Amino acid sequence: MAVPATDTPRLTRAVEGRLLGGVAAGLARHLGLDPVVVRLALMALSVGGIGVAVYVALYFFVPEDPEEKEKESDEPGSRRKGRDLSQVVAYVGLATGLGVLFLLFGGVFDPLLWFVVFGTLGGVILWQHANPSQRDEWMTSTVGGAGVKGLMRAGAGVLLVVVGVIGFLVFQEQLQNARAGLTFAFTVLAGIALIVAPWIIGLIRERDQERRERIRNAERAELAAHIHDSVLHTLTLIQRRAEDPREVQRLARVQERALRSWLYQRPADADTTVSPALERVAAEVEEEHGIPIEVVCVGDCPMDDGLAAMLRAAREAMVNASKYARTENISVFGEVDQEEVLVFVRDRGAGFDMDDIPEDRMGVRGSILGRMERHGGSARIRTSPGEGTEVQLRMPRIPEA
Amino acid sequence: MADESTSFSDGGAVPRVVIVDDHRLFRSGVRGELGEAVEVVGEAGDVDSAVHVIGEKQPDLVLLDVHLPGGGGVEVLRRVLAQHPQIRFLALSVSDAAKDVIGVVRGGARGYVTKTISGRELADAIVRVADGDAVFSPRLAGFVLDAFSATDAPPVDPELDRLTQREREVLRHIARGYAYKEVAKELFISVKTVETHVSSVLRKLQLSNRHELSRWATARRLV
Repeated sequence: MAVPATDTPRLTRAVEGRLLGGVAAGLARHLGLDPVVVRLALMALSVGGIGVAVYVALYFFVPEDPEEKEKESDEPGSRRKGRDLSQVVAYVGLATGLGVLFLLFGGVFDPLLWFVVFGTLGGVILWQHANPSQRDEWMTSTVGGAGVKGLMRAGAGVLLVVVGVIGFLVFQEQLQNARAGLTFAFTVLAGIALIVAPWIIGLIRERDQERRERIRNAERAELAAHIHDSVLHTLTLIQRRAEDPREVQRLARVQERALRSWLYQRPADADTTVSPALERVAAEVEEEHGIPIEVVCVGDCPMDDGLAAMLRAAREAMVNASKYARTENISVFGEVDQEEVLVFVRDRGAGFDMDDIPEDRMGVRGSILGRMERHGGSARIRTSPGEGTEVQLRMPRIPEA
Repeated sequence: MADESTSFSDGGAVPRVVIVDDHRLFRSGVRGELGEAVEVVGEAGDVDSAVHVIGEKQPDLVLLDVHLPGGGGVEVLRRVLAQHPQIRFLALSVSDAAKDVIGVVRGGARGYVTKTISGRELADAIVRVADGDAVFSPRLAGFVLDAFSATDAPPVDPELDRLTQREREVLRHIARGYAYKEVAKELFISVKTVETHVSSVLRKLQLSNRHELSRWATARRLV
């Protein structure tokens, strides 16, 4: 057999989804058909005896799918692994029924037979849905596609059954007689549907409820684990260091920050945009020096070299304030404008006289003023003894291409 | 009774305050920190008792926790302000989530401060709000700037949906950590003018129906 190089899978006997030898399933995959169609065709052929021969021949000459074979032995718990015995029984039953009908009506061309076949086919399609693995998919499926497909199948099945039944009755010239019976039957069916529907809906709901409960439990477990690892730990540390108020405050702030970022996690990556990066810098300085730093950010934009330099300058300003200002807290305000990014680092501490700063002190001149200018920005420092200090940093934004 | 002309900042009267917070520890802590600056006339730990106590005591100001069992601070605002529109609210929280903060301010609170505020600053804020002014913490100022920042959508009501240059300038200074007095000095205006600007921003925040405000609040989870 010439095997096309690309799309069509090589003809193999299926392991996954096989009922008997995997011939029909493999053939269906090779031809791109639904296995049910192939199985029914084989069965129809079997009525004359050819189908059985074809099946046996294929079974012996076509190899099993090697990959699936491996997979099967790898995962013994796989849901689709085993043969669905009920399906086998059904196909055998169907074949037997067809054989009996053939014997009874004595010819493939008797229209009556075809209506019986229609009806049975419809029945099979409907019944397919009742097989356990598919029912499972149905119930858990949240994707619309699967549901639509299932509905279409069910619709086709119902249609075939109805056509089969009505055709059968018409050809038996019994439709007139059957009308009363049909009405009765439909009424009974409708009644049953009314009784059963709420129960089924209830089942589905219960299942959803169960799933939600499971998810909630998992979340609760995660929360408990997190609280234990972080908060409880810090509280223990705080009790031990109770005599050192500065350390206690530092621990509390660090924990507060960690908990906050965990609770209100920002989607933004700290290293790719300005605002979370500024907050991270402030957190680091605060952890190092123990002075609370309050950060407020307005707007955001992607990082670039100039902005990275600005953040280093801002960090230097925060470190200076923490070390020399003798203040209780530091305010940092970052604002991303259309044209520029501004950062203000302010404290209400000791302040200093700019003229008193020696030329060679790197902190202010090199790390803040010089660094900003080198990257095309500017820095201004407003301070005087007793008035606190505010470092204003300004960096133009690189226009987005 | 709160009289529109009463001014607590003169140092004469002391504002009567009800503290609403579900943590008893926090309530007693605040009570202790405030000391003589205010008269605490009642406490409540949930929405229903808060509405009851406030209705009974008729305080000048309610110190309101944003997160409360029974519907949150917003629910207290809704029920109390419907009957006693003259009572002023100062919101207080640890959460700092933009959605919550903007929520209580839009619900009628005249100010928002975080629980880390010092006792002295809290007393100042209470007096200010009791006098009818608005109190913005740096963080709230940041939130508001963000909410009103330039968007592509044209404002529905230009008077309500935009901040003036001056209001923006005032908010930016508050966000930088400036006190009202310092803002006034910086911008060469009086403290009273700063207060007017902040009150005007508060009004816009409460009345603007700009859908960006709510959308922004849910989309951005600023901490």
